[in-house]
Amino acid sequence: MIEVENLTVAFGHGPRANRVVRGIDMTVGAGECFGLVGESGCGKSTLLGAIAGRVKHWQGAITIAGEKVGPVKRPLAQLRRQQMVFQDPFGSLHPRHTIDRTLMEPLRIHGIADREARVEKALEQVGLPGRFRFRYPHQLSGGQRQRVAIARALILEPSILLLDEPTSALDVSIQAEILNLLKDLRERSGLTYVLVSHDMAVVAHLCDRIAVMQDGVFVEISSRDAMIRDEVHHPYTRMLREGSLGYRPAAAVPPG
Amino acid sequence: MSVPPKSEGLRAWLLNEDFSSPAQARAHQAYVTWLRFSANPLALGGLIVVVLLVLAAWFAPWIATHDPLEQDLARALLPLSSAHWFGTDELGRDVYSRLVYGARTTLYIAILVTVIVGPIGFVVGAAAGYVGGWVDTVLMRITDIFLAFPSLVLALAFSAALGPGIENAVIAIALTVWPPVARLVRAETLTFRKADFVVAAELQGAGVARIMFLYIVPLCAPSVVIRLTLNMASIILTAAGLGFLGLGAQPPAPEWGAMAAQGRQYLLDAWWLTAIPGMAILLVSLAFNLLGDGLRDILDPKNA
Repeated sequence: MIEVENLTVAFGHGPRANRVVRGIDMTVGAGECFGLVGESGCGKSTLLGAIAGRVKHWQGAITIAGEKVGPVKRPLAQLRRQQMVFQDPFGSLHPRHTIDRTLMEPLRIHGIADREARVEKALEQVGLPGRFRFRYPHQLSGGQRQRVAIARALILEPSILLLDEPTSALDVSIQAEILNLLKDLRERSGLTYVLVSHDMAVVAHLCDRIAVMQDGVFVEISSRDAMIRDEVHHPYTRMLREGSLGYRPAAAVPPG
Repeated sequence: MSVPPKSEGLRAWLLNEDFSSPAQARAHQAYVTWLRFSANPLALGGLIVVVLLVLAAWFAPWIATHDPLEQDLARALLPLSSAHWFGTDELGRDVYSRLVYGARTTLYIAILVTVIVGPIGFVVGAAAGYVGGWVDTVLMRITDIFLAFPSLVLALAFSAALGPGIENAVIAIALTVWPPVARLVRAETLTFRKADFVVAAELQGAGVARIMFLYIVPLCAPSVVIRLTLNMASIILTAAGLGFLGLGAQPPAPEWGAMAAQGRQYLLDAWWLTAIPGMAILLVSLAFNLLGDGLRDILDPKNA
């Protein structure tokens, strides 16, 4: 579904250029959930941005659904194929557009008919009651807003959903709700996911394959099962895995 | 159970957040905004004065007691009385009636300038802020050039070049008022340009014009409305200043600044000729300032 070859993203020019992504190759199959983990600044969001079309100055090749995409301007048909869900549900919805307007906009841009029914269906898909339809974002909670953001991404019926830390700005109790919603949606409609997170547990909950990223390169690509069985090889992967298991006081670890 | 009175039903409908239509959502927003606005007595006072001004201008023929242009030299320079509430001027014209008709001129200038300046400021500022690059550089340098002129001097030069008159005064004032508005819109646009909701719209394929007018303009609108309301006062003062210098409205048309100017020759004998239009200018400018401050308190997203 997504093929990335030798992708490099650099900010700035010449010898002082900051190469954030350094020659990444990756392939994501149709219906797969591919996870990207790494600490802040490792380039995982930039990589996702390049696939989404947000980051515009990359080198290399990106092929989505068999079509090469250009770095600068993509036609509407290519944009529709993948949609993005952002980290911060407070910043990703226009504060002066009602939920209805937010969901109508993509349909208007793409000239899609039957908008009323599609908006109602999208709200139902993400489990929001119809009475929220004409509210403004400030009248919703963080979790509800993130559901709206997911509905906005789904309303164009993309085959790929790009998720940029979709739960890290939410309360812990809401995180599980959103993750389960994403899981259900994928099982129901066979979407392809690319999920970026710094939280190994979130990635392991959703993803089949997990790439661990450090300083702009993949240090290891592993499977969820291997991750759970602790069959990882790179020390950085091991460190992230340990971190996700939570804090264990030193006294609880047997000496030796 | 008794049926609630009709007004209670309307209030509940307005305050209910489970909207059933976009119209109700908008009505709710407007009603909540009004509730917050009306809690501010100074702003409410400003609004009342502005509404009275609009009513006076609209119904001038019914409110005025005399014809504002009718001269009667036998009754020149009469002090305040029940026949002439604010006295008469040197040509025997009723000051009160001229004041009422003068409200039309004042409002005409203030509204026309605002209507010209708002869209120009929006387009220039939003284009500079959102598109960026050389568009930004060119537009902002042009803005800088206009900002470099003292406003009254530019308006003076413009009126002098085009000839005195209300229309030219409007153009002259508009030329000096749009640059700060464009700057304001640009600054606001810069804060939203990289926001996730703008990126989301871009990733869905929204064009430049769509993002500028449907995404950025609604967010800049509150601060521009506040700015323009506060500007009303300075527009009125500049118009009065031009009138005072003889470059605004031309005699015999009633205009507050020109009325004050004509009265200054008789300042010692007939104080009302200068003081009454001066008070009117003061009151209306103050009202617009208070209204603008009140609007800032309720509309500014930083206070929300």
